[in-house]
Amino acid sequence: MTEGNGSYPADLKYTREHEWVAVQGKVGTIGITQYAQSELGDIVYVELPKIGTQVVAGERFGTVESVKAVSELYAPASGEVIEVNAALSDTPETLNQDPYAEGWIVKITIANPDEIGTLLSAADYRKHVEDEAN
Amino acid sequence: MLAAAGPPKATPLNDLHRELGARLVDFSGWEMPVQYTSILEEHRGVRSGAGLFDVSHMGEIEIRGGEALALIQRLTCNDAACLEPGMAQYTVLTSPEGTFVDDLLVYRRGPHEYLLVVNAGNTASAFAWLARHAEGDVEVVDASGNWALIALQGPRSLSILQPLVEADPAPLRGYRFMESRVSGHHAIVSRTGYTGEDGFEIYLPSDGAPDVWRALLEAGKEAGLRPCGLAARDTLRLEAGMRLYGNDIDATTTVLEAGLEGIVKWGKGGFIGREPLVLEKERGVARRLVGFELEERGVPRQGYPVLVDGETIGRVTSGTLAPHLGRPIGMAYVPARLAEAGTRLQIGIRGREVPARVVRMPFYERAR
Repeated sequence: MTEGNGSYPADLKYTREHEWVAVQGKVGTIGITQYAQSELGDIVYVELPKIGTQVVAGERFGTVESVKAVSELYAPASGEVIEVNAALSDTPETLNQDPYAEGWIVKITIANPDEIGTLLSAADYRKHVEDEAN
Repeated sequence: MLAAAGPPKATPLNDLHRELGARLVDFSGWEMPVQYTSILEEHRGVRSGAGLFDVSHMGEIEIRGGEALALIQRLTCNDAACLEPGMAQYTVLTSPEGTFVDDLLVYRRGPHEYLLVVNAGNTASAFAWLARHAEGDVEVVDASGNWALIALQGPRSLSILQPLVEADPAPLRGYRFMESRVSGHHAIVSRTGYTGEDGFEIYLPSDGAPDVWRALLEAGKEAGLRPCGLAARDTLRLEAGMRLYGNDIDATTTVLEAGLEGIVKWGKGGFIGREPLVLEKERGVARRLVGFELEERGVPRQGYPVLVDGETIGRVTSGTLAPHLGRPIGMAYVPARLAEAGTRLQIGIRGREVPARVVRMPFYERAR
């Protein structure tokens, strides 16, 4: 488990469940990591929350399915969903191809900025992935 | 299925799979490649070109002797007496209840010589079942360790294989085989498969397998031949409506419930399990294995409930987003009155009831 797993942008924060969040002011953009997409394989279905849904840090807010597995999405932080990447419904493979940009999943307003501080840095996440893979 | 004891066994191609970067998993006691690159790409590659599968985990049981045919006739529901040497047949080792000990292929290699190819996870039980019933002039040998099995599947299979085989495989029709040499190694070349495409299954002594695997990959380079894992094999067989032991058929499902009456030869004489099947046919089958398609997005998977009016009436036995068709498909057992094509059902996907309808299988059929 080495190929394709090495890319974790330093400006993102990460969860142990393999989501990332990019914070810009009060808005957090959420997706899944390179490692997550690589482990899942071909992603064929994404179940997105509705706009206006209140998500809670550490709790499920959607589902990603590959040919072989179902994987829940866990919110890195609490807040209200203000935008969803509806294009993923038709082209879920974008999550495999470009997990940090075109493959973003939802945007939320961050209710409690302190929660961001509890997330993993890129370096810590990389270590977490390496521990999990071994 | 019971987990096999001890570490998983390696096929003769294990080192090559590692070199090719396959993801290996423990499957029925064997360390097998589940995928090399992408399940979708491997699946579509087989439909459009060709794919190469290591299925050496399958069990090979040799039966020979003057009573070989009698034994096979007594334990299987299809009519093996129809087989001439060089012919193969899909059949079922039936239990006394008319359920599945295993589903298998029977190859007639000579007047009194047969090769039975059984599921990896059932090799021990199928062998024990056969050996227990063997009487008189018949020898039953579990030869699984001697045989490797490489499946070459897809519309370009013939042109890839042709230059490597001593005798031309082109004249072989479906379910026919010949014994020849592939890249110099003695092999059974059989026009069979588990993908819904034209193709070949090549049985050969284990020590020749790496040679033949490499030669095939090389010969198929320009045709886009790629190694494929068991995950693609599973989605391919499901699209083709082929049952999988352990998912769609097992010791609790009867041959008639599974929709395989076509291979039950009532007139051939007695066989184990015949009486309960006759009774079941007379009374009418209570439940049937059906194919279904979801009418909304979602991925049906094994174990999900099948509902009608909020009531669970069955379970999904196999399901996937069909990679070639691009639709969510599956199989499930439902009460016989709900087995007609067009019947509306719902599949429970994590609390959501997704509308589905019964469709005829196979979901996918190749153009001929």
